[in-house]
Amino acid sequence: MSAIDPSLRYQRREQGLMLLLASPAVLVIVALVVLPVGWLMGQSFYDGGFTLEHYRRIFTEEIYWRSFLLTFRIALLVTMLTLLLGYPVAYAAAHARRPWNVLILAFVILPFWTSVLVRAYAWLVLLQRTGVTNQVLDRLGLITEPLALVHNELGTVIATVHILLPFMVLPLYSTMQKIPRELMLAGASLGGGPLHSFLRIFLPLSLPGVVAGMTLVFVLCLGFYITPELLGGGRTIMISMVVSRNVELYNQWGAASAVGVVLLVCVLAIFMAVGRIIPLDKMLGQK
Amino acid sequence: MKQPLLPRIAFTVFVGLVLTYLILPLLIIVPMSFSGTRFLTFPPPSFSLRWYAEYFGNPAWMQATRVSLTIAALTVVVATPLGVAAAYAISNGKSRLMRSLHMVLMLPLIVPIIIIAIGIFFVYAKVGLIATLPGLVLANVMLGLPYVITSVVAGLQSFDPTQEMVARSLGMNRFRAFLSVTLPQIKASVFAGGIFAFISAIDETIIALFVSGGQYQTLTRRMFTALRDEIDPTIASISTLLTAASFVLVMLATNAQKRPD
Repeated sequence: MSAIDPSLRYQRREQGLMLLLASPAVLVIVALVVLPVGWLMGQSFYDGGFTLEHYRRIFTEEIYWRSFLLTFRIALLVTMLTLLLGYPVAYAAAHARRPWNVLILAFVILPFWTSVLVRAYAWLVLLQRTGVTNQVLDRLGLITEPLALVHNELGTVIATVHILLPFMVLPLYSTMQKIPRELMLAGASLGGGPLHSFLRIFLPLSLPGVVAGMTLVFVLCLGFYITPELLGGGRTIMISMVVSRNVELYNQWGAASAVGVVLLVCVLAIFMAVGRIIPLDKMLGQK
Repeated sequence: MKQPLLPRIAFTVFVGLVLTYLILPLLIIVPMSFSGTRFLTFPPPSFSLRWYAEYFGNPAWMQATRVSLTIAALTVVVATPLGVAAAYAISNGKSRLMRSLHMVLMLPLIVPIIIIAIGIFFVYAKVGLIATLPGLVLANVMLGLPYVITSVVAGLQSFDPTQEMVARSLGMNRFRAFLSVTLPQIKASVFAGGIFAFISAIDETIIALFVSGGQYQTLTRRMFTALRDEIDPTIASISTLLTAASFVLVMLATNAQKRPD
């Protein structure tokens, strides 16, 4: 093709214009995400000179690896719980008639857009020693001592599942909605019972939603900060809290950066692995 | 399909319980905010407006509210045009480069916020943007961009670009063709994207914990400190107002998205 081909020249100009239009937004992201994160990566290998000391500490010092273990354990638990609670809700939303389906979705979306702080406060009101749940159980005569429902791992998990449940339900719902009803009818007409049709037809077809929901919930949970900080009672130290404490309390940028980098690598690895099956923008387009 | 009665009842009860779990924390704060006592007794022994009076009468809470609203408004003003331009570029540019840039623009949703927060904290400390309005707005623009872009890209997908071509072939320049032909047809998704950026800026807490302060202390930062130290019932009144506000805004956004453009 010759260089003066007008259609090619048009295409080049078009591409240049599009890059120009995208550049202000890209510049903001580069300045506030790419460069700072790149600098943190540099810091994680630096302590007066090149060092792997910060990474070595993650594996040898108990506070670090314990926090990683705890965070992955909570993330796994929360992912399972949201799937268990979320799948039936998404199923109901995809199959209920108007106005019930709208109502179910409203119940899912409304908490989604409510401040995490507001919800942390609400759970404190509901779960603490003198809180609503203990008062009600006490009045019903079910307990003699108030239960320790918050300022521990249990409270963190209850509130975290609440915050992440919509991230499970919404991808599940959008996948289930696209499954043709006729398939289930066909299954029934061929003599399959409802459970059989569900297991052999509906469940496999809903798997992309399951994978997307589980990935989102797991990854978001790995980075949780506000909920464990407010509801964990100082004992549930998740990775984000280790990062923040190293900066705020001890001014240990190297340690904070190394922990942050390991967290980031985990998150990116999970997204990339799952991204081979499900396009990433589909997964992120939920909110 | 007819299913046996018992499993259907069990299923309905289960879904009902999960929905209660989802909505209960949002509902519980309303009666608490009208409580007459500072203890978390439920139901409250008496009702009053004292926690609302406490909020509206406290200059520190009012100042923090003004700061948060200013930041959110400025964030929308900056993030919306930047996001619309980027979304237009993403929808029109089909190159590999543009696809990678789309991913870069989604990074704020991928990278854990705590990592972004300490990174920004460090950069701002170097350039003197800690506890400043421009610094806080810029950080929230970064967080809001993915919402605007996602919403507008979706809007542009259902728009037929040949219409803009027609306007241009009739002699309009591209910018005018966009403003008078394309924009009116995607305005609902632009509006929704702007609202999501606004809510995201009002709710943002983690970055604010690191880079807000002094006279530019955000509402969420004050709330966070108040929640960590002791449970001040004023939080209940603020929470009720915040929840009501996001409820109205989300309604506006979803209605706009649903209405045919």
